[in-house]
Amino acid sequence: MTGKIKGISGPTVSVEMSGLKLYDRVYVGHAMLTGEVVRLEKDMAVVQIYEDTRGLGIGEPVKGVGMPLTVRLGPGLLSGMFDGLQRPLKRLKEDMGPFITGGKEIYAIDYMKNWRFHPLKKRGEDIKTGEILGYIEEGAFKHFIHSNHSGRIKWITDGDCSLNEAIGEVEDGSMLFGCHEWPVRMPRQYKRKLSPSEPLITGQRCIDFLFPIARGGTVIMPGGFGTGKTILEQSIAKFADVDIVVYVGCGERGNEMAELIDDFSNLTDPWTGRGLMERTILVVNTSNMPVAAREASIYTAVTMAEYYRDMGYHVLLLADSLSRWAEASREISSSLEEMPGEEGYPTYLASRLSGFFERAGIVETLSGKVGSLSMVLSVSPPGGDFTEPVTQACLRTAGAFLMLDTSLAHRRHFPAINWFQSYSLYAKEIIPNFKERVSLQWEELMHRCREILQREEALREVAEIVGIEGLQDADRLLMKASEMIRLEFLCQNAYTGDAFSPPEKTVSKIADIFKFYDNAEEKLKQGVHLDGVLKS
Amino acid sequence: MRLSEHIYRTISSIRGPLLLVENVFSARMGEAVRILSPDNREMDGEVLKIEGDTVLIQVYEETRGLDIENSSVVFTDSIKKAPLSLDIIGRIFNGSSIPIDNLPMFIPEKLAPVTGFPMNPSARARPEEFIETGFSSIDGLNTLVKGQKLPIFSCAGLPSKELAAGILKNAALKGEKDKFVVVFVAIGLTYHEYSFYRSILEEMRMKFVAFVNMADEPVMERLLAPRLGLTVAEYLAFERGFDVLVVITDMTNYCDALREISTAREELPGRRGYPGYMYSDLASIYERAGRINDQEYGSSGSVTILPVVTMPEDDITHPIPDLTGYITEGQIVLSRELHQKGISPPVDVLPSLSRLMQRGIGEGHTREDHRKIANLLYKYYAKGRDLRRLEAIVGREGMTEDDRGMLNFADAFEREFVHQGMIRRSINETLDDGINLLKRFSLV
Repeated sequence: MTGKIKGISGPTVSVEMSGLKLYDRVYVGHAMLTGEVVRLEKDMAVVQIYEDTRGLGIGEPVKGVGMPLTVRLGPGLLSGMFDGLQRPLKRLKEDMGPFITGGKEIYAIDYMKNWRFHPLKKRGEDIKTGEILGYIEEGAFKHFIHSNHSGRIKWITDGDCSLNEAIGEVEDGSMLFGCHEWPVRMPRQYKRKLSPSEPLITGQRCIDFLFPIARGGTVIMPGGFGTGKTILEQSIAKFADVDIVVYVGCGERGNEMAELIDDFSNLTDPWTGRGLMERTILVVNTSNMPVAAREASIYTAVTMAEYYRDMGYHVLLLADSLSRWAEASREISSSLEEMPGEEGYPTYLASRLSGFFERAGIVETLSGKVGSLSMVLSVSPPGGDFTEPVTQACLRTAGAFLMLDTSLAHRRHFPAINWFQSYSLYAKEIIPNFKERVSLQWEELMHRCREILQREEALREVAEIVGIEGLQDADRLLMKASEMIRLEFLCQNAYTGDAFSPPEKTVSKIADIFKFYDNAEEKLKQGVHLDGVLKS
Repeated sequence: MRLSEHIYRTISSIRGPLLLVENVFSARMGEAVRILSPDNREMDGEVLKIEGDTVLIQVYEETRGLDIENSSVVFTDSIKKAPLSLDIIGRIFNGSSIPIDNLPMFIPEKLAPVTGFPMNPSARARPEEFIETGFSSIDGLNTLVKGQKLPIFSCAGLPSKELAAGILKNAALKGEKDKFVVVFVAIGLTYHEYSFYRSILEEMRMKFVAFVNMADEPVMERLLAPRLGLTVAEYLAFERGFDVLVVITDMTNYCDALREISTAREELPGRRGYPGYMYSDLASIYERAGRINDQEYGSSGSVTILPVVTMPEDDITHPIPDLTGYITEGQIVLSRELHQKGISPPVDVLPSLSRLMQRGIGEGHTREDHRKIANLLYKYYAKGRDLRRLEAIVGREGMTEDDRGMLNFADAFEREFVHQGMIRRSINETLDDGINLLKRFSLV
């Protein structure tokens, strides 16, 4: 299938060509730029290009591959770093130097590398599509290989193999491979979805204690600039209690990614003691990289995340930031001259977002294991205004909302999670788990903590009128306790040893504050003067 | 691919800076074109959109005097490139890279596309080398590092140019003299402002390259000037090993130019009429700051960007400062209130932020007690500022002794630590002043 370029406008190209399907992948021009068919007419197609279109000329050839945009899935993805189209950035760098100068097809998977394959099925056994054939050792992980065919196994490898050759064959002659391609916009299959009930421990006291997240849950974190979205995302990526982390830098800063790589290469996973990079996949499309690839980057990432979920792992997908994704779809939509919705965003924004959110969840996989995919996504509302369409669309589907507050950030209260506005819909399902595993008092302490914060807010209004001196001693003590909760418990410095707080530490810290408060209250009742109480 | 230039006289419409040319044979996206007017003026332009054999061209210069019958368009078969050479140092150009310092054009050693290429994120080095600006409010609390992009958010009438000039002077003074270059990009600057910067550059006798687009010069050049400047900066930093400080003033004029062009193209307007792609467009400028991993490439240079943004209506949520803040690594915010109190520079440290500060301070960078001092100053000043609201309601008498102390501290912090006029402070002086201030109020 080949055709010719008829017109070019920004990142969209119209092509004279027939035989294409919607969302097929095409290679455009002499430079072989990757594109996706977004609109079809008779003998004519509109193609969205994932790269810079500068230098592209009229009449240059266009080639169809008869497949949608896919990612390659197989061993070797872990500790990798890819762009929005899953091209490995390190090998791209070896190939073209420190700047990305043009489109080039480099596969995410190294087909030449030798892997040790351990079969779990034997010759003569029956296998169904989706069942586990065996595993490859990928670092410390067992990388399970699922069968892509059904039938009786004719032969199967036991030992070293490379990914460009078959690792087995079924009796009807179909070959079994250790890797495959999967269309990014199509959710991977599973047997059934389960209801989230296990906690995902983040090591952030404010989240674990007040707004707990479930494995398989979705969390959004909107916040204006300077509210610490990125730092919080990175802290969660470092300390979360999951097997695998997929981190998407979607339209964000290049220097931030350099920091992240530097940090992750030097840190260890607090749960297993292994290097942090070993469990991480990075997908990076910084703000100066092509817009269309930014749109694709979150799909590329979620597909890889689902792939590891299907092996029965707990996977966490972090994206920074979803607004950049939405803006990329707005740019694409407007270059396609679609009718705009609110604030120029396409009207399908909400349905695309909810489709994406629904790819999260805790599931029983085709092979009968339980795996989960959780999402923590930051949102960058323009002007810090939460009434904008992206935040509002996310709120309808997300299971937890962590509102990052500019005024807290100005006070250098980090993480700047607003404790009045934020919520987690998973709290009810998860708290019993914390009570069982960590402390029976968990729920009681949490309610008490909330109550004190709430009462402080009311008292603060009074204090602003009458002055703090005008308050009763008991109220001033409460304000002191509340201040301790805010500064010593909710604040958590991401640059010190306190950056990670396991649930045991979290609960003992808050219990200590309440112990102080109870003692002080007792002394007040005995008639000790407040200043004396506070000094002791 | 064509190898020769093609001339067309088939212009079918002229609309502001946009031309439609018909019957063009195989044009290319982004191709550079030259337009010859009937009175033999030559202008530069670029292919913006192609539909069949009709081509939309964006002209970089004033299109006054063009006509449909006699003007012609030359397609050059190459994309817009900036001429580069070490001889560029010390020269002043206009927004189309034509020398305006009465010296002949230099002979380029190479040409590079002005839009540059995105840096591979895995090739970046983490910015962590401290740059001393001489201002306590920046060095002490919002430290600048090499490879960072840190804008100054100013309001109309505030002394942002004095601050930018002060940073320039001190960075030049402290940097290794022969490895430090300033690239100065003026966008829509008035003559008054331009002559101020010009005198600073001359007075310092520092190495510089300037691209100047004055307030009365073509709007299209405002989009080109920063890209030319950054292409030169990348060349000097990553191929010649210089530490380059790029000062761009004023990005608000850039964004307004972007809006003007976008409207002429009849694009869908976004917030406040600015185009929906303004984030990506600004990122294509700001993201060119950075350092390259020198172990792999042996290039020790850096590009640091210091843009000045004047916030329309003093509003930090206006799209220009807002989108800038989402891309840059922090911001230095100037405050009208402090300016009226006579504090110079009027830096409000509370909304100001340097995201890359954490790795640029402490032992080996500044001083081991830097982080501690900065945190304490910040904490108590924030507290003092909070209490000012209370003071306005209950009066100073109604407050506790401690609270009154905190108010005095906040005043002293503004008058003594932030305020320094044009006197430079070294990082040691800044930190010592900070400690002394804290000690005086018994806060350490």
